[in-house]
Amino acid sequence: MSLHKLTLIDLQRKFAAGEVTATEIMRAYSLRISQVEPRVKAFVTQTREVACEQAEALDRKLKEWRKTMPLTGMPLAVKDNICTDGVPTTCSSRMLQNFVPPYDATVISKLRAQDYMLLGKTNLDEFAMGSSTENSAFGPSRNPWNLQCVPGGSSGGSAAAVAAEECVAALGSDTGGSIRQPAAFCGVVGLKPTYGRVSRYGLVAFASSLDQIGPITKNVSDAAFLLGAIAGHDPLDSTSIDRPVPDYLKALQKRDLKRLRVGVPVEFFAEGLDPEVDRAVRSAIEELSHLGAEVKEIRLPRTDAAVAVYYVVATAEASSNLARFDGVKFGFRAKETKDLLDLYIKTRQEGFGPEVKRRIMLGTYVLSAGYYDAYYGKAQAVRTLVCQDFEAAFKQVDVIVTPTTPTPAFKLGEKSEDPLQMYLSDVFTISVNLAGLPAISLPCGFSRAGVPIGLQLIGRAFEEETVLQAAHAYEQSAQWHQKKPTIR
Amino acid sequence: MEITQQDVEKVAQLARLAVTSAEKDTFAKQLSQILTHVDKLNQCDTTGVEPTATVMGQVNVFREDVIRPSLPSGKALANAPECEAGGFVVPKILEER
Ligand SMILES: NC(=O)CC[C@H](N)C(=O)O
Repeated sequence: MSLHKLTLIDLQRKFAAGEVTATEIMRAYSLRISQVEPRVKAFVTQTREVACEQAEALDRKLKEWRKTMPLTGMPLAVKDNICTDGVPTTCSSRMLQNFVPPYDATVISKLRAQDYMLLGKTNLDEFAMGSSTENSAFGPSRNPWNLQCVPGGSSGGSAAAVAAEECVAALGSDTGGSIRQPAAFCGVVGLKPTYGRVSRYGLVAFASSLDQIGPITKNVSDAAFLLGAIAGHDPLDSTSIDRPVPDYLKALQKRDLKRLRVGVPVEFFAEGLDPEVDRAVRSAIEELSHLGAEVKEIRLPRTDAAVAVYYVVATAEASSNLARFDGVKFGFRAKETKDLLDLYIKTRQEGFGPEVKRRIMLGTYVLSAGYYDAYYGKAQAVRTLVCQDFEAAFKQVDVIVTPTTPTPAFKLGEKSEDPLQMYLSDVFTISVNLAGLPAISLPCGFSRAGVPIGLQLIGRAFEEETVLQAAHAYEQSAQWHQKKPTIR
Repeated sequence: MEITQQDVEKVAQLARLAVTSAEKDTFAKQLSQILTHVDKLNQCDTTGVEPTATVMGQVNVFREDVIRPSLPSGKALANAPECEAGGFVVPKILEER
């Protein structure tokens, strides 16, 4: 079996047992990338040459003393808004096109300490704003299941790279669905951890009260495995929480779902839900009940309002976070400017793409004098109600199950001219970020046109284990994750 | 909420962005559309509801003030569009009198 077909855990076992070398792994992935990348376009920057040298050095080191850690030698891809020391981190923006971070994000330091292999940095919607990667300054990535379709976004490059088996697993970031929605569109697993579970030090900030880093993988066990490696408190991120990191893989050992109460929110099965998605998700819910779960109808009445809350809160935070891009300390600087103000304005005008400008303006507007209370204040209050909806629901159930997205992957260009339509496609993933909860997306079927459909499981704060366990039990009985795309 | 081209201009100026006249028109339309959707929030009764700024409820996370390694200035300046003598270069901001 070609090495690129193995899951992270299987590859890791083989490597730890000394059955394959890091060099062999890198060769296999190099070949795979050169075969499919021209069509998938998942990467902004490839680093496989350096990784090949690192692999050789690692093999030499291990020859003397074979001691490996869980991610030693494992070939990963990283979303290009996560800082990597010495490797460009562009956020798919002209603004950071030549930015080479002088330090690693904490998640990267953790992986580097285990001698992981970085294959490259993956494409995203500029500054993680979008749902399709079409907002990338470097052109969109493609959905490996259908190259005419978007891979989702904003972590579309990471999801596409995992689906196309150009890496064994990847990291993404999720502010309003950016891990789960592309995972759903590309037929892979994506986990957004609880707010505070994973350090965000070195993640280029979009909306600081919502952003989380998480794994995108071939199956649920791999997600559990990778989450374990990146989770934990970090003094460099004051929003990270000091709580022990459980053994997530251990949680997967229980295969039946007896005594698990699963809630199905009626609001997610309303008008606008694609009938094929509806069917696939409903049969997944049946499967969960066959596995022993007790399925109940619940209500999350503020689901609709969540999109409105998000596009106020996220843009407000973004307008403030992105104020740092002024052409002075790093990043792009416009030429021929007459004074400092002119330098700021021209730099931002030329450096940011249209969606980012739209968000900055929206965020500036909702924070501006006279509108602050009506928009930002109001949105923060409704955010409280969104959180309360979840609290009430989690008194009755342990896990909430929903479709990840209202429709399967759409075509390139289909929504790119209509920002509001694009925003509304995030309706099922957004409320989870507002409440800071953990949620996973995993495949639960395919449309007749042959593109994947995603199932979302949401848990209580810091109950990643419950979410992973339910997802794993479903995955093992449904086996959708075995299906792979033919890339053409 | 209806956003006019003047609003767009004002917001762009606050955000240190420039907008062409074509952009002014598109942004006015798009922002109006988005804010009209956002007006939905008014259907939610929030009397007496506390705002949520962040969910985990931490406030003022303190740490010991100890010296730890930091970036050498060469590395910190390496990404600067223009630097000189260990500092960032910007256009002059003070007029000579
Ligand atoms: N980074 C994200 O999670 C993005 C979510 C959403 N699609 C947006 O455009 O903001």
